[in-house]
This record gives sequence, C-alpha cells and structure tokens, in this order.
Amino acid sequence: MNSFTYFRAHEVAAALTEKATAPQAKFIAGGTNLTDLMKVNVEQPHHLIDIRRLPLNKIEETEENGLRLGALVTNADTAYHPLVESRYPLLAKAILAGASAQLRNMATNGGNPLQRTRCYYFYDTATACNKREPGSGCSALNGYNRIHAILGTSEHCIAVHPSDMAVALTALDAKVNVTGPQGERVIPFPEFHRLPGDTPNIDTNLSPDEIITAIDLPTKGFAENNAYLKLRDRTSYAFALVSVAAALELEGNIIKEARIALGGVAHKPWRKPEAEAQLVGKEANPENFAQVAETLLAGAQGFGHNNFKIELAKRAIVRALLQAAKMEEIS
Amino acid sequence: MSNTTTNYIGKPASRVDGRAKVTGEAKYAAEFPAPGLTYGVVVSSAVAKGTITKIDTAAALSLPGVLQVFTHQNRPGLAWFDKKYQDEDAPPGTPFRPLYDEKILFSQQPIALVVADNFEVARYAASLVEITYETEPHITSIKNRLHEAYTPKEYKSAEPSPRGDAEKGLAQAEITHEAEYSHPSEHHNPMEMHASTVVLAEDGTLTVYDKTQGVQNSQNYITQVFGLAKEQVQVISPFVGGAFGSGLRPQYQLFLAVMAALELKRSVRVVLTRQQMFSFGHRPATIQHLVLGSTSQGALTAVVHEGFAETSRFEDYTENLVNWSAMLYKCDNVQLAHKLIQMDAYTPLDMRAPGGVTGLYALECAMDELAYKLDKDPLELRLTNYTNIDLSKDNPFSSKELKACYQQGAEKFGWAKRNPQPRSMREGKTLIGYGLATGAWEVNQQKSSAKAVLSPDGQLKVTSATADIGTGTYTIMTQIAAETLGLPLANVTFKLGDTALPQAPLQGGSWTAASVGSAVKAACEGIQEKLLAHIRNLKEGPLAGVQKLEEVLFADGKIILKSNPAQHMLLPEVMRLAGENFIEATVTTKPELRQKKYSMFSHSAVFVEVLVDEDFGTIRVTRVVSAIAGGRIINPKTARSQILGGIVWGMGMALEEESVMDQPYGRFINHDLAEYHVPVNADIHDLEVIFVEEDDDIVNPLGVKGLGEIGIVGTAAAIANAVYHATGKRVRDLPITLDKLM
Repeated sequence: MNSFTYFRAHEVAAALTEKATAPQAKFIAGGTNLTDLMKVNVEQPHHLIDIRRLPLNKIEETEENGLRLGALVTNADTAYHPLVESRYPLLAKAILAGASAQLRNMATNGGNPLQRTRCYYFYDTATACNKREPGSGCSALNGYNRIHAILGTSEHCIAVHPSDMAVALTALDAKVNVTGPQGERVIPFPEFHRLPGDTPNIDTNLSPDEIITAIDLPTKGFAENNAYLKLRDRTSYAFALVSVAAALELEGNIIKEARIALGGVAHKPWRKPEAEAQLVGKEANPENFAQVAETLLAGAQGFGHNNFKIELAKRAIVRALLQAAKMEEIS
Repeated sequence: MSNTTTNYIGKPASRVDGRAKVTGEAKYAAEFPAPGLTYGVVVSSAVAKGTITKIDTAAALSLPGVLQVFTHQNRPGLAWFDKKYQDEDAPPGTPFRPLYDEKILFSQQPIALVVADNFEVARYAASLVEITYETEPHITSIKNRLHEAYTPKEYKSAEPSPRGDAEKGLAQAEITHEAEYSHPSEHHNPMEMHASTVVLAEDGTLTVYDKTQGVQNSQNYITQVFGLAKEQVQVISPFVGGAFGSGLRPQYQLFLAVMAALELKRSVRVVLTRQQMFSFGHRPATIQHLVLGSTSQGALTAVVHEGFAETSRFEDYTENLVNWSAMLYKCDNVQLAHKLIQMDAYTPLDMRAPGGVTGLYALECAMDELAYKLDKDPLELRLTNYTNIDLSKDNPFSSKELKACYQQGAEKFGWAKRNPQPRSMREGKTLIGYGLATGAWEVNQQKSSAKAVLSPDGQLKVTSATADIGTGTYTIMTQIAAETLGLPLANVTFKLGDTALPQAPLQGGSWTAASVGSAVKAACEGIQEKLLAHIRNLKEGPLAGVQKLEEVLFADGKIILKSNPAQHMLLPEVMRLAGENFIEATVTTKPELRQKKYSMFSHSAVFVEVLVDEDFGTIRVTRVVSAIAGGRIINPKTARSQILGGIVWGMGMALEEESVMDQPYGRFINHDLAEYHVPVNADIHDLEVIFVEEDDDIVNPLGVKGLGEIGIVGTAAAIANAVYHATGKRVRDLPITLDKLM
C-alpha cells in the first residue's frame, strides 16, 4: 500500500471541487472494496476523498410514488428498511444474499454497484490482467476460470461483476442519480455497467469525476411475486456462481410482466428485454420458464472450468421463476 | 476420589485462558512491543521457477524511513550445511534457505525483506522493489505424471509394508472394487498470520516472540543457522491463533526477522500477509489407487492401496498415507505403496491428521463402494471385517472401542432408517443421503518434562515448554495438576511456550495431553513424595505415623488420612512445620517399554446426513454424529470443541477447500479467505459428539489418547458416501462442488 493523503468532504460540491483539483484521487465511502484493493496494490491512489459524511444518507419516497435510496445509506439499513422490505422485497433479499453482516454494515448503496470484479488475476499483480493493466492480457482465458463469465465476454476479459444488489436493481429498472462537473444526470440501471469489450478497465458508465447521489426505485416493486436465487460454493460469504433476480406480475396464472436479471454470468447484471417479452401473456409454468431460460442463455460460451454455469443458469432461472410464481417453496 | 471437590479430570471446565483471549489480554507473536521496533515486509517471487537476473532496490531504499532491503546479494554469510537448517519436523532433503541465492524454487518464494522504522513505509517500499527474472518451465501438477513417481529413501512414519499375497487375494475374490480417489492441495489458514517479533537486548541477546508449535524447535533453528548459543536466544510463544501443523516448522519470517535484527542491530517484526500464508507448507495433493477384493459375504480377501503425493524439488515429504489400510480391517493380503512426485512448489507440511484424513478418505470411500457392490449395509461390512489385532504389526490394540462407536453412533443417528437404495430418499427436489465412515489416529507419547512449584500460600505453579495452539492445553494441564495435588483449580497456574521452561515436544500428532500431561502428573506426584517425606518426620498431629503415599489422599486442598478422613492437614501446614519455603519437583516422563507390545490408536465412527438439491447439486450437511473412542477424556468441554472443529474442517475438506494451482503461473491463485473457502456458520447445522467409554492403562499413566486429529478423520469420507447415497453419483475427487454433481 502506498502513502496517500486524505480529505473529508461534507458537501457534494466540496467533494467535486476536491476531485477537480486532484483528478487521480479516489472517492471512498464504505471502503469495503477499495481498501482491500489498496492493500494488494491493485489500486494505488495518492489522494482519497471521503464522501461518507455527505448528506445523502436518507431513504425517502419520491413524487412518482417510488423510493429514493440515498447513496450513503448502508446496505444493511437499506435491506431492513420497512419500505424496502414491504415494497421491494426482491432488493432486500438480494442485498442480504451478499457479503456478510459486517460488510453490509459498512458498504453503501452508491459503493455496492461500483465494487470491482473478484477475478483472481485482477487481485494478483504478479499476473496479467487487462482490467488492472490494459494490454497486459487476460490470464483467466486460459487459466482457472471456474467463476468467470459465460455471456457478453470479450477476448480481453471474462470477469464477472460480483454484486448481488446490482442484479436486483437491474431487474427492478432502478435509476442511478449522479452529479458531476457537468451537472446532474440519470443513468438507467441496466445501462450503468458495461460489457468488457476492448476496455475492460472501465466497469461502468459513471464518469470518474461523477458521484452517485441516489438510486431511485420506480413505483413498481413486484412485491407480490419475486425471488432472488443465489447459487454458490458455500451457504454464506461467497460470491454467486449464478444468481437470478426474478419478478413477475401475474393475473391468475397468466404473466402480465416479467423481469429476469442474472448475476455471476457476465461483466454486468444480465438482462434481455426480448426474453421477458416472451413470457408476457403466457402461463406461468415450468415449460415456459425453460424456454425463457434458453433465450436468456443464447450465445453463452464457457471457457473450460465454467462450462457448467450455462446449464446451472438455465436451471436457476426456472427455479427462481417458479419461486416468484409461488409454485415452489423457497429452500 | 469421586466425592471430593478437587476431582477435575473427566469433568467439563471452561478454558482457564478464555478471559485473557476474549479481552485481548493474551498477546500473540506480532503484538509484543519493543523499544525502537522496526518492521520487515517480505517481497515474494512472481514466478514459480527460474533465476533472478536483477533486483532494483533503489526506489525502495530512497524512501525516508527505509533502513535496508535484504536480498540474496547482501545477506550475511550463514551456516553452510543442510543439517543446520533441519528443524525437528524437517523431511529428508535440503531445507529451503531464504535469500540463499538467485534461484527461484517456487512461486511466492521470499526474495527480499524490506525493513523500515514503520510498517506502512516498509509495505510501500516492498511494492517498489523491482525484480527481473529469467523464467524456466515449471511443473506444478501431479496429474498425468504418475509414471514419474518414485519411492522415497526414507518415510516419516512406518514404511508401507505388504503382507500376504494381494494378487492371490484378488484372484480369490468374488467381488472386487477398483477406483482412483484424489484431492487437491490445501492450506492450513490459521486465523493468526505467521509472525515473529525479535527483540534485541543491549547485550546482544535475542528474545523472539514467534508463532510456533514448539519454542525449542524455533530456538534450535535460530542457534544453528545463525551460530548463536542457546543462552543468547529465548523464544516465547504463550498464545497461538491456530496453527494446525503450520507451526511445526520454523517459517521463513522467523529467519528473516532474526537475520535483520542481527544485521541492523535493531528489534524487528515480520508478519506475513494472508497471501503469503499460501507460500509455504500445505497438505499435499494426492491421487490414490484402491483395489478391494472380498468374498460374496463381504470378508476382505485383498486390499491394495497405492498413494501418489506431491513433494517439492528439495525435500521428500511423506506422511502416513496408506498404512491405515493394513491396520483398520481384517485382511490377510495387503499391498501398499506410497510414492512421491516432485513439483516446483514448496515442500508439503503436516496439516491436521496428515495422511490419515486423506488416506482413510480413500479407503473409507472404497469400502462404501464395495458395500454397494455386495448389496450389504456399509456398517455391516465394517463389522464383518472388524479386527481386535493390528495385523500390520501382529499386535493387540491397547484398547479399541470402535464397535461401541459404531453402535452408539448408529443409534443416535438413526442409521436403521436408511433406505439402502441410492437416490431413494427425498423430499420434493431435495435428495437425502446417509453416509458413514471410520476414523483412526495414532496414539503417541513423547518424552516430556514439567516442573511443579508449591508455595507456602498453597499456590501451585506448573511449567513446561509446550504450546497451546487453541487445543486447551492450558486448561487440561491445570486440571491434571490440581487433581493430582488435590488443590482448587484457582490455586494452580500453568505456564508454557517459553524456552526457559522444561523441555517438551512439538505440539502435534495429538500427543500433548498424553506426553505433557504425563509429565505434569509426575511432577505433581514428585511434590506429593516430598510432602510425604516431611509428613514422615511429624511426631504429632493428624498425620503423624503416616509412612506411605497410599495412606493419604490429596483432595479438597488437604492431605487426608484415608483410614480416618477426619484427620487431615493443609499442604502449607506441612511446609511450615518442615520449614520449607517452596517445594518443587522437575520430572521427565517417557513412554513405558511395554507400549511396544501394543498398537495404540484412537478410533471414530462418523455418521452424516446430507441434503442435495437435485437440480443444482448444492449440498447441505444437516446432521453429523461423531462417536469417538479416544481413551480417557480429561475435559469433556474442550474435548467436544476439539471434535467439533475437526468435523467442521472435515466438511470443508469434503465440500469446499482447494488451493487452486494456476498451471500457467504455477501459483496458488485463490490465495485469500474470500476465495479459499472454509465452512461458514451458515454451513453448520446439527453436530453431535459422543465419547464412548474406553479404558486404557497401556497408552500412558493418564489413559488419554489425544483428540487433536481424530475429529477430522473420517468426516470427509462419510460426507462423500452420503452424497453418493443421496444422488447415486460417486464423486472421487474432492472437494465435491456443485459442478461435479451436475
């Protein structure tokens, strides 16, 4: 870890001004990922701007009858917030499926989507990694890639995004409110993260000089029919091999609307509008769910150790949709 | 003595060091302060094999606060012969010498030590050291290399010795089973990182706080390598945050910290990172070939067990991998082999139940598979082949209550409810499986010394240079001493982990209770003798006329006349009358010769229930019953904790643990606790431990067998067998992750 200077901002404007004077500085909030990366020399910022005390720490109802999650509310406080629990249980479930209680107490809503991949090679500076050091190569392609992506990969990177929360936010069509030197703007959550392409070093469409101020949840929370299914190598404190956020709007047994987002399979939470459209007007049943799973996994490609994820994802999609439709118990 | 208040052996007692541990009062190797302390940070090799062609330390040295960067180019001249570097647990070969030369022998090899006057600067400077390598092709797998396997010149424990004629036995067999079982390398991963704080006194002597399972081993290593006298080096290690075998050999942070302290004439602390915890000894990956032959009734006619294990290029590490297959069951024809395959990695190292947990995993899975072929209950098959004689040595067992383990374990678990058909028990999409396996572990007593000192205030101090790596040594030694002299627990303190104390063996092999416990008991009996000598001189008073120890009882803080319990004296009273300020006794105990006529083992029977999701292959271990025959149990509370820890680790071995070797880099790549998985609380459900009654007056005067390893042995096989029973799919390569079941 290198030596660094530190500035604590109390207002958004002060944080942005500080960043303008030190463009290489990093924002830090919960620090649950950045400090890890600093310890292993993957991130070596010379200046940190602590935004933890910015007044973005409330959960409030929006005028459109949605919910605004302040960027600095902790993941734990969000998951256990009565309005989140009652109106957006899918989000609460996804948050609680991630990390550990201790980490959720520190991690923030703005920081969670910004966490970096858990690819082994990204974390080990003795190895090549295009995400860490563009142009150095991707060690996972021909290395140990059991936890890696099967969708949306490029020859430069096959890493996955590790967040559970982001998978639910993608399914829920949340919106990310950001502010920067150019003013405020809104990024729809499904467009927040990027596929690796030939710039795997850039994870999101957030500009380095912008700050997330809040995440807005739309009116529709799919509180009645939803499921977050996470498959992993141990029961807790492990990243998803495959996860599924499923939400349905049902009329009797007929699907009016469906949302499906996958975690652990791509560089971003994976969602396909045409797959969801395929379910509209259909009966909620295993056959229809299996068909949509095929659509979602179309073009999936394994890299050896992770080939199993393709079939695992298909089965997980079916199970999650069955759970969302309350056709199957949640174990 | 059962009605006295000072009868502690066999009764649950909370850890005497518990309060110190939870309040932070207990200090670990990296926590001892020293004036002017400096900090060393290790730079590790990025490649697995090759040569360092250049080390550029200029940037590191230019940082304010950096005192020195030690490399092979500027290290001091040190001991020359291999022998000087061979610690008590060193396998045959050429021990690794840190900073010896430009050769890289394994990935993450320490190649530089940056020392600065604060930790942060040292750590940053370490990242600035630039190394240029000339790499050579490396080999870091044993798969597909069995043809290269060789027989080591020397085995750590007994050589694999065949008996009968396995070929003939197989020809006679009506049913045979043949399969290959394997598991990956695993790392110990104790919570506490390896650390050494070397404090240099003005007179040049060293006080070394080291994370170790044997302070004397560290002391010997330092004195030999650096040419120091024992009087110049005191090693202290009062608390160890888990070790599991990783502290059986001095690790390189000790070498580097001592070297830097001597060179810089400063006190130095070196703490390894979690990633560097994957840079030294580990459980070796093995591939094991098993062939079992039996009659149609299930009587074994032949057992063939050939094990292939990794070792380094520089040492031949062996463990007792296959001999279990010669002792556990009745069979006249046994063929064994244990061969090594070299890799460009560090030498493997004992890790909890070394060899036993892996060799018995293979044997016990093979027995399960044979049972299915025979259409016989796996428990029945084991009873059919039960033996009261260790046929590998033709010795009787000193005690063997394994049958009671089977019976009590099966009853508690409800084994009778098992439908023998695989994939026959389910609830919806959840498949249910029952599995069992047998465990065994060697019982050993080592030469040990202890000293006991009784003060006039009735306080007893007992000391021995053993360790407590979390096992409960402090507590059981206190219990043994208190009961032997009939003193309240609160009057007794036990001190360990200091080379100034009487000699003790490394803490390992499950032998501390038997070895140091016997010495502690004998030292306290020495005090009894000395008190008796004074009592004999008494002309009057309640104990006048007593001539022999048998006439009195040490209990309730008193010496009581057996023939008239109303007649008694306090221990300090005897001392006062004798004019003694202190009574002390130092005793060394050794195993009795008659032990040689017996085979001495602890045993277990492990019963497991798993639930497997039919679609996903996710496994939950919902119930474990582990029935243990471990001799006399000194403290059922700490003993149960030992076994629970073993069961949990067995679950990790079966389902989660794997040090993943990236082959292109020749490097363990999942080198942190986020990606090297061990069980978490949510993985643990209903665990039950049964200690069956087992009397044994052969093993040692206390009748204890030791419990450090037996809890893990058998667990992984029982889980693998339960997974097969649940799913009908046999996975013979650990860990059983969901992808292997899909």
